[in-house]
Amino acid sequence: MDQIPAIARVFAYLSLLTIGGGMAAYPEMKSLVVDVHHWLTSEQVIHIYSVGQMAPGPNMMMVAAMGERISGLAGATVAAFAFFVPTGILTFGVGRLWNRLANWPWRSSIQKGLAPVAIGLAVAGLVTFGRGSITGWVTTAIGLAVFAATMRTKINPALLILGGAVVGVVALR
Amino acid sequence: MKAEPAPSQKVSSAEIFLTFLIIGATSFGGGVVAYLRNALVTKKKWLDDSHFLELMSISNTLPGLNATNMSILAGDRVGGTIGSIAAMVGMCLPGFIFMTVAGILYGEHGDRPLVTAALRGVAAAAVGLLAATWFQIGKKSVKGFYDAFIILAAVLGVNHFKFSVPVVLLAVGALSIFIHRPAKEHPPEKDSEWIRFLQ
Repeated sequence: MDQIPAIARVFAYLSLLTIGGGMAAYPEMKSLVVDVHHWLTSEQVIHIYSVGQMAPGPNMMMVAAMGERISGLAGATVAAFAFFVPTGILTFGVGRLWNRLANWPWRSSIQKGLAPVAIGLAVAGLVTFGRGSITGWVTTAIGLAVFAATMRTKINPALLILGGAVVGVVALR
Repeated sequence: MKAEPAPSQKVSSAEIFLTFLIIGATSFGGGVVAYLRNALVTKKKWLDDSHFLELMSISNTLPGLNATNMSILAGDRVGGTIGSIAAMVGMCLPGFIFMTVAGILYGEHGDRPLVTAALRGVAAAAVGLLAATWFQIGKKSVKGFYDAFIILAAVLGVNHFKFSVPVVLLAVGALSIFIHRPAKEHPPEKDSEWIRFLQ
């Protein structure tokens, strides 16, 4: 229970880094959750993050599972609120202002400027994540197979992730 | 795009909640934006495509996930403040329950060798999935030398030079916005000519 204020602080802070998606915040999430607060091991972070890719809705709802592991149901609730509500309020406010900003020349500069930054931060997050989870030839093969299937077919990604679990059970035990 | 704040019709919060709850419960495996477009533009006709794209561009510029940002913005368009909250809660509730239960199960069974093996496979698959997703986004939105440079700077800043994400976000973000600053000597047409030349 004494971790609740820290959970609120950490996840609210992380949410501010999710420009363009959750992956951007991954390196910072790993360092805060694993190295600074010692709430989870880096393997646990990878597991929970990966399972989160199967969940319906926002793919960063896995913060609830992290909160649950740290501090039970209260932790789950606080982590989810801290992660989704402050940025939600910001979005609501900017959404209302957006049309008034239409003639502000920097509006389009900010949009165009942040697009490649968002991609760069996502790739950086993915590299951090990949270093922890691609650890041998089986995991390399799974990653490449899912990459190819996603690029070439319209198969539901949740099924590919489940497929990864099946291959893992067979080949990684 | 011209300012068009007024929604074409007011929708009850209950209907907004239910619509987003269904999307929040069925959009397994990411790609929520496609589900949202299908429901809001195609089926319910609450928004047209140009409104949808406008809301997407707001979502992409702000922190927060597309799934929730889009719910908040679309909910506000069709149902005001209450509609916005109804949309957000509907979108988040199923995933919240799913992931909380996943956390509990993980705590009870996460140490079993069988579960660990499955999760290692899941993590490897997630890498492939996320790499493909970002490759596709990158292919669509990288325009010219500057964008490629900014992407590289962000990746190297985090992974090679080990700067923290907020530092890179602020520094590279400011540089990138400066490159795209409103000015006459750098019209966007120049960039696209450049790409055509390279292709």
